[in-house]
Amino acid sequence: MSEMSKTILIKPIFKENPIALQVLGVCSALAVTTSVQVALVMGISLTMVTAFSNMFISMLRNHMPSSIRMIIQMTIIASLVILVDQLLKAFAYEVSKQLSVFVGLIITNCIVMGRAEAFAMKNPPGLSFLDGLGNGAGYSLILVILGAVRELIGSGSILGITLLPTVADGGWYQPNGLMLLAPSAFFLIGFIIWIIRNRDNSQVERNEFSMASHTVEKGAH
Amino acid sequence: MEHYLSLLFTSVFVENMALMLFLGMCTFLAVSKKIETAIGLGIAVVIVQSITMPINNLIFTYLLKDGALSWAGMPDLDLSFLGFLVYIGVIAALVQILELFLDKFVPALYNALGIFLPLITVNCAIMGGALFMVERSYTFSESMVYGVGSGLGWAIAIALMAGIREKLKYSDVPPGLRGLGITFITAGLMSLGFMSFSGLTL
Repeated sequence: MSEMSKTILIKPIFKENPIALQVLGVCSALAVTTSVQVALVMGISLTMVTAFSNMFISMLRNHMPSSIRMIIQMTIIASLVILVDQLLKAFAYEVSKQLSVFVGLIITNCIVMGRAEAFAMKNPPGLSFLDGLGNGAGYSLILVILGAVRELIGSGSILGITLLPTVADGGWYQPNGLMLLAPSAFFLIGFIIWIIRNRDNSQVERNEFSMASHTVEKGAH
Repeated sequence: MEHYLSLLFTSVFVENMALMLFLGMCTFLAVSKKIETAIGLGIAVVIVQSITMPINNLIFTYLLKDGALSWAGMPDLDLSFLGFLVYIGVIAALVQILELFLDKFVPALYNALGIFLPLITVNCAIMGGALFMVERSYTFSESMVYGVGSGLGWAIAIALMAGIREKLKYSDVPPGLRGLGITFITAGLMSLGFMSFSGLTL
């Protein structure tokens, strides 16, 4: 694998993570992360859709009139999502029930559309496929981290395997039910962004207004 | 009547699109810096949501559902798998039509909403609404109420968020949390607040 394609594949996973830095596709990142299994399935589905839609759109990029390119991109993405949805219903029915509408919402997930516009329209199919894989992997990584934290604290298990025996089952761990509810997802993403930006200061946003100090130098003494 | 009121209340507060179901988050975070723009986008979402929802409902009931095409002599046909493609097409087309219509007949409103209308096509709140409508098999009149309610809930949430963010920009936030991070935390606290509605019924 050449150096360039390696960068394209790896960069979106850590350095330019689509969720943490570019804030794309957060809807599903918040909603489907109550357990690792669901988060993993969602991550894989989105990675597949992004990779293949990038590839197909890139193949067609020289034949699309720019005035109707959105519709063409939408159609390609929607067809791929239908494919994923039917596959999930056939082979993983339980998980597809838990994901409910969020498989369909991959269509409006900004990552897919964003990569199609920003990358696939300008680059050859092979590289576009890798870019889709990389961005999907970056998305899945955050999803799985969120899923693991929420499942572990919220119900004391990971992937259905009990790590912290709960009080209800005669163990010692009192599960924190808040982790399974909506607000905790917001808090956790906020904290992940905080950690990432503390490690990499270049991502910190500038203050619109800086605070004036309360005291002047002389008056302080 | 009571049933519809209850559905309206549930869709606005208990199942708030933005804060409880996380739909339309991208725009919710990106366009909530100023109150005026947030309210403009909120109104646009209410309008588009209350138009597309009943139309998607009609299309689902008379064209896509299992056996829906029996009036055309094809009772065994189940086209529901085409749903995603059709809903997003309907939404995109309607947004385009609405844009042309407003430009021609209500230029004042067009100038206020113009920039937001294209954004709405990819707003997951609209698509999510359509998918929930199908999943819960709402009737035509229920889908009208749900469309208005879910749009309204989203609009209220983004207007509130913009209000908080306008005040928040004067505060001293730790560098790493500035901007996006603190917005997420704020949304989490708002979501906690909206949880107090859960369990309420009319």
